[in-house]
Amino acid sequence: MNGPFTSFTSGLIAMPAENVDTDQIVPARFLKVTDKAGLSEALFHDWRFGAGGRPVDPAFVIDRPEMAGRRILVAGANFGTGSSREHAAWALVSWGIRAILSPSFADIFRSNALKNGLLPIVVGPEVHERLLGLAETDAEVAVDLEAQLIHLPSDEDVPFEVDPFARAMLLAGTDELGYLLAREPAIAAWEAGHPPRVDTRASPA
Amino acid sequence: MTETAPRTLFEKIWDDHVVAEEPGAPAILGIDLHLVHEVTSPQAFSGLRRRGLRVRRPGQTVATADHSVPTHDRSLPFLDPMAAAQVRQLDENCAEFGIPLHGIGSPHQGIVHVIGPELGLTQPGMTIVCGDSHTSTHGAFGALAFGIGTSEVEMVLATQCVLQRRPRTYEVRVDGRLAAGVSAKDIILALIARIGVGGGTGHVFEYAGEAIRGLTMEQRMTICNMSIEAGARAGLIAPDDTTFEYVHGRTQAPRGRDWDAAIERWRTLPTDDGATYDASIVIDASSLEPMVTYGTNPGMGVPISAKVPAPADMADPGRRRALERALEYMDLRPGEPILGRSVDVVFVGSCTNGRISDLRLAAAVMKGRHVADGVRMMVVPGSDEVKREAEREGLADIFRDAGAEWREAGCSMCIAMNGDQLTPGQYAISTSNRNFEGRQGAGGRTFLASPLTAAASAIAGVISDPRRLDGIEATSQLGGR
Repeated sequence: MNGPFTSFTSGLIAMPAENVDTDQIVPARFLKVTDKAGLSEALFHDWRFGAGGRPVDPAFVIDRPEMAGRRILVAGANFGTGSSREHAAWALVSWGIRAILSPSFADIFRSNALKNGLLPIVVGPEVHERLLGLAETDAEVAVDLEAQLIHLPSDEDVPFEVDPFARAMLLAGTDELGYLLAREPAIAAWEAGHPPRVDTRASPA
Repeated sequence: MTETAPRTLFEKIWDDHVVAEEPGAPAILGIDLHLVHEVTSPQAFSGLRRRGLRVRRPGQTVATADHSVPTHDRSLPFLDPMAAAQVRQLDENCAEFGIPLHGIGSPHQGIVHVIGPELGLTQPGMTIVCGDSHTSTHGAFGALAFGIGTSEVEMVLATQCVLQRRPRTYEVRVDGRLAAGVSAKDIILALIARIGVGGGTGHVFEYAGEAIRGLTMEQRMTICNMSIEAGARAGLIAPDDTTFEYVHGRTQAPRGRDWDAAIERWRTLPTDDGATYDASIVIDASSLEPMVTYGTNPGMGVPISAKVPAPADMADPGRRRALERALEYMDLRPGEPILGRSVDVVFVGSCTNGRISDLRLAAAVMKGRHVADGVRMMVVPGSDEVKREAEREGLADIFRDAGAEWREAGCSMCIAMNGDQLTPGQYAISTSNRNFEGRQGAGGRTFLASPLTAAASAIAGVISDPRRLDGIEATSQLGGR
């Protein structure tokens, strides 16, 4: 469970490549974990580390010293394409990322991110271009989920869309399972009119 | 609910499964079948334990171990202690929560998207979820099937429901007939090359048209399987007699009067005349060639006779940079032919192309021929049942005689979690679904292709056009069910 999502201000990390897939975010060989902890080393592993696990030279963007402590990733379009592994969201959060600004996101990744206190924000091409530029400086940007605004150093407010349900969940720091469990009577009523299609417990021949 | 407005296949299944929809909230969608595997479930079971919850519908849940299981001799222990621990944890979780498990040693073990249809668990009109993006495979039966994350796995275990915003609909009409040597894999690779890996985002595909109707169930599964590679939430094909014939008589299929009632229900599922889609595209199957990818996502594919595209020809700077990076990773040059590129490894298998008909196609090419010197060919059946059938039909012997490795069922080198992997710099031609950087092993390079193209390339040691093989016309008859 995540705490309530609060407004914050942070520098930006630029990762302009389009279609960054979840195999790059967390390579599959790191999926053998049985908990959510410790995935920050696996984050973008094969872009950060070369043969023998040594950091690549020059360092991958998130490992550059000036990026330390930055919480916002400015990503290329269709970020998180590929597999459904929630490990991708866990690894980003574990490393410290709290919001991703991109022209678009892959569906499953977006859903996974929102369930882990990681805010995917869709920005238009012009704002995206400016954010990529700002990431090369030490400029900071404020993310205000309550007001649905990004506040730029030029003192401009850029509004963004977010699913109202996901927003409410993030602001309250509650999760969707609690919401579903509270609707048990509706689920039971639906089940009563929708007989099971299969019984997996019937032993196969 | 009004019955007057014409509805699509997707809309009928959706409407039938909406448990509740409150203002401002996503729909609560009831789930008919939840498939579970070892990689995306441990944290979900831990969540249940932490909250003191039980599995709501164990009889609509089924598990198998597929992703991290070794495909060498099953009598040997796991080489990887982490994979062993993960599979052991699945065993324990299933025992504790009462979930039927087809684990290692079960005659029904296999890739989760192969065993569901095989056991007759996948049926038209159902909602099916799994913590795996290739859940879209089951859409071939006219079931709404999509991949979910681990938080959602926990929700489905606890409530047998997910929260979903209604996706948009996208008709993919494939007209005409495929030429000999061109197969279902080539249709889906051609679609993704056309619309890109994000082209289907937010949508559910419905595949229709003459070419789709003419496909067997296993070929339809190949197409629906890769819907996610175009970013689509799911892919659907209307159920028809081909579907019913496939389901009939399987272990979990309805019987007797239940079967008649099911058929009656299933016949109401296809999209009504006059129903509309939010988007559509038309592809001419008769114009398709075997497809091969040259880059690092499944949208970077070309007809096998084409050349590697040039970044200089790309107007969009983002696309240009992406292509430059992909060609650098693949060590390919703009304008060079794809045909004739040498390969080190040939992988036949996966939830895309690891079914019996895929193996029949590959075996038809391999029969009486031999894998080229210096090339390693791995054939990994999609399930234990596929393995037994292939051995019974003599396909395993054909592969072994040709110098290929005949292995145990699992995801294997499609995801390279189990030790079956490329070494840095190696090239594979693979019947799997993803050519992402490092997907088949860190530093490995993947060409995606059909089983026919992969087998033809294994013999030549270089990427080869299966249409040039003697007897290729006969492979059109090998589809099976």
